[in-house]
Amino acid sequence: MIGRRAFCFALLLLPYIAMLWVPFYNRATPAIAGIPFFYWYQLLWIPLGSLLLFLVYRADHARPKD
Amino acid sequence: MSAALAVFLVLFAAVTLLGFAASRWRKGDLSQLHEWGLGGRRFGSVIVWFLLGGDLYTAYTFIAVPALMFGAGAPGFFAVPYTIMVYPLMYAVFPRLWSVARANGYVTAADFVRGRFGSGTLALAVAVTGIVATMPYIALQLVGIEVVLAGLGISGEWPLLIAFGVLAAYTYSAGLRAPAMIAVVKDILVYVTILAAVIVVPEQLGGYGKIFASIPAPKLLLAGATAHTLGSQAAYATLALGSALALLLYPHALTGVLSSASREVIRRNAVVLPAYSLALGLIALLGYMAIAAGVQSMPAHAAGFKAFGANYAVPALFLNAFPGWFVGVAFAAIAIGALVPAAIMSIACANLFTRNVYREYLRPDCTAARESQVAKVTSLVVKVGALVFVIALPAQYAIELQLLGGILIIQTLPSVVIGLYTRWLHPYGLLVGWAAGIGAGVAMWASLGFSKTTYNLVLFGTTIPCYAALCSLVANLLVAVLLSAILNVSVSRSSDATVPSHYR
Repeated sequence: MIGRRAFCFALLLLPYIAMLWVPFYNRATPAIAGIPFFYWYQLLWIPLGSLLLFLVYRADHARPKD
Repeated sequence: MSAALAVFLVLFAAVTLLGFAASRWRKGDLSQLHEWGLGGRRFGSVIVWFLLGGDLYTAYTFIAVPALMFGAGAPGFFAVPYTIMVYPLMYAVFPRLWSVARANGYVTAADFVRGRFGSGTLALAVAVTGIVATMPYIALQLVGIEVVLAGLGISGEWPLLIAFGVLAAYTYSAGLRAPAMIAVVKDILVYVTILAAVIVVPEQLGGYGKIFASIPAPKLLLAGATAHTLGSQAAYATLALGSALALLLYPHALTGVLSSASREVIRRNAVVLPAYSLALGLIALLGYMAIAAGVQSMPAHAAGFKAFGANYAVPALFLNAFPGWFVGVAFAAIAIGALVPAAIMSIACANLFTRNVYREYLRPDCTAARESQVAKVTSLVVKVGALVFVIALPAQYAIELQLLGGILIIQTLPSVVIGLYTRWLHPYGLLVGWAAGIGAGVAMWASLGFSKTTYNLVLFGTTIPCYAALCSLVANLLVAVLLSAILNVSVSRSSDATVPSHYR
């Protein structure tokens, strides 16, 4: 099940890439309802990060008990 | 008596009763350290959610993060990426620590290091680091209470003394059960307050667009890179990552993690705890709402800002936007929110002292009942220490020492986190690495006048502003790896008390 493990690992790594690459999100546009990109992008990643963990949790539990 | 004060006092009294009642909840033999100090390791997903939520997102956070946004703007938003990066780490790493702690009866991270590396000295270093890093954190919770008391028009030291006396009494009698129970009330109050704040306040101010439009442009985004410096973007990223790495190493975070009934509880919580991060992100924006509302220039709040600086931004905003009774609810949320982490932190320090100093060095033959008794008394001593600190010294000292706390606690990462996966690092290498990391970190902190943690590294002519905790951790790791490579072939080491099956 190496494939699934690597997949889970990659999912767990995504939030770090999204958050540490600051130049990508350090800008005002596109704004949503007057909220600059910098703010809504990071707020959006809170539920996204949670969703990724949920997917990993599901994958972990789909695995047969060893 | 104002409506705000009346509501505040009623809520505070209710929570006090709850704290004392907690000793009878899920009754255990409180003369056992793991019963008093870890709630018997029996907390399920829901309780751990409240406990860790109340523990990691402290009252001081609720005051300080918006204060940073209010004063500095965008850099204060680092709390959001910080808490996003905590949870994958919690999910992947901490179930291992839970399992090995359960299998061997470990109560602290230092217990694990003692068993894994067979080095009492390394365990002592981990324990002392934990205690020293946590003490100013407890003091800061008191600063949080002070700010809201001032907002209610109460001055002097006696209210703080009463609040902390009550906290000390129920922590003493009920142990971790008390903050776990109170955390439920605290979190409900916090969510009600935030929900009201993010709906009511923007409506008064004309919507989020208007709020952001009122923020001066230089505050709205991070300063970008130029030819000679990476700018505050590098500071932002390293501060967020370093804080995320440090957070779960704090003794109070580990106490919460280890009190879980199973490793599944930890995993499920890593999935659902980000709900608090969302709350924190919205709380951060309260700083901008305070700017938009113009509370700083209102004569009614001049005294508060004079005494507490930007930390008064949120209390001023609430006083300005809410009816009196709801101000009472909001302030109670913050004050009770200070009691929960203060209780857990003092319990965590007590566990460390009792297990890794008292039983290890002073009384190796002490009974379980004696051990639990020493922990109870230590939790009192720790709180009195924090109280004296806050009353005798300016609040600025607590804030500066808490900055140092992150730099210190992150130095235990190689022993605790890497130790969960491999024993390749030699205990002496880890110990010298720890010392090097602390030396480097403290030197950077001192060179910044003790008031900042962003150190300007200069590499190849480019300035890289870096969170001192993160760059001192790199120094720590380099030393530990190099020394281990030499020591592993030349110096023998004691055996491992854990086996691979303990980690699953």
